[in-house]
Amino acid sequence: MANVAADKAIFVHGLEKSYGDIPVLWGLGLEVAWGELVALLGANGVGKSTLLRVLSTQARADAGFASVAGLDVRRRASAVRRQVGVLAHNNFLYDDLTCAENLVYYARLFRLRDPRQTAMDALSMLGLSDRADQRTRTLSHGLQKRVAVARAILHKPRVLLMDEPESGLDTDSVAGLRETLRQWTAAGGAVLMTTHNSHIASDWADRVGVLTKGKISFAKSGETTGLDGPGDLTPAVSVTQP
Amino acid sequence: MTQFLVPLLVVVWKDILLEWRARDLVISVLVFGLLVAVMFNFALNIAPQRTTTLAPGILWVTFTFAGTMAMNRAFVRDSEQGGLNGLLLTPVSRDAIFLGKATGAFLFMLLVELLLLPVFGVFLNFSVWSLSLLLTVVLATLGFALVGTLFSVIAVQTRSREIMLPVLFFPVILPVIIGAVEASAASLGIEPRVALTRWWPLLGAFDALFLVVCPWVFGVVVEE
Repeated sequence: MANVAADKAIFVHGLEKSYGDIPVLWGLGLEVAWGELVALLGANGVGKSTLLRVLSTQARADAGFASVAGLDVRRRASAVRRQVGVLAHNNFLYDDLTCAENLVYYARLFRLRDPRQTAMDALSMLGLSDRADQRTRTLSHGLQKRVAVARAILHKPRVLLMDEPESGLDTDSVAGLRETLRQWTAAGGAVLMTTHNSHIASDWADRVGVLTKGKISFAKSGETTGLDGPGDLTPAVSVTQP
Repeated sequence: MTQFLVPLLVVVWKDILLEWRARDLVISVLVFGLLVAVMFNFALNIAPQRTTTLAPGILWVTFTFAGTMAMNRAFVRDSEQGGLNGLLLTPVSRDAIFLGKATGAFLFMLLVELLLLPVFGVFLNFSVWSLSLLLTVVLATLGFALVGTLFSVIAVQTRSREIMLPVLFFPVILPVIIGAVEASAASLGIEPRVALTRWWPLLGAFDALFLVVCPWVFGVVVEE
């Protein structure tokens, strides 16, 4: 299994996860190649965020195998954390610290060289240089989200795990995020993101999967997922396992 | 060693900076402590000859309740925007994270206690410039901060954390509080040697035990 996983950005096989008696993921398989952006669609509560939590070492799977950048998420959790950047619903920022202080804090925890400069570079990449000394409490939700993106890419991870990255962003910010992710994958990084917006999924992603009944289904090449809008999450085409 | 110490100090620095900006924890706990001191002073009307008997109990009841208030807030800022999750997503060891948080709690509590001690000294008529009393405060506060930080992270994940924390916390910390009261009584009385030979070793033993057990349990608690 480890040999197969070694050259994949993300490799998941037979993953199972339950919360108490409620199974969320079962027999789940997924492969994400380097330089690929994969979007996951799915109704609320089907386990999209749970999958990201398992891959980012925040939750432990009950069974199965998962690796990120060739590293077993269970056995080499600390090394995996260096390889992944996570954008979740919470922004992981401290309201009473400035944008720069928040990023310097994380840069120091990741033991990055020149934390201040690294933080400023990340803010600059997201067009937030002029907000560096502003407390995140005073920023709009959209700007906070952009700081959170800067935090996620701060340590130059090879894999980005993003949970509904477009939520709360205005049109310009969504376009900016898309461009950031495009550059990211062009540079060889991999992205696994969840979304409820099927238009964004099909527009941004190299592949779009639908998570339902514990497993991910991908549309065959050249077919659409059949998802017409954010509310329609039932795949209308025959699907293949990765 | 620096791989452990640097992130620990980064966590402490972050907590101190946040507290300096908000100033809500230390001030509210300090005000609470002052109010308790005033209430005890008027409620009990302590005669000078009873100081040695009553002062240690009053002192540690106040420190315990004030400390519990502080512990209730220990992880609140970290849970508000998912800061704890952000922290756990870094490659920093869980031990360093826990000890960083516990060190911050220890420093906040110690600061409040050192500010409250002179007030109690005036109200209860005892000298706070006793090295043995100060050492007792440091030893007991260390144990208090270690256990309090652990139960704070457990309680912050529950819906009724204000109630859950003391219910979980007090039974475990009881030996430290008893040791602190007895050592303080010995320090304030005529037998400081008793504090040295009997109660400080007990407090030190509990601190050492908590220093080993609490970081390990923290790692288990935050696993999911």
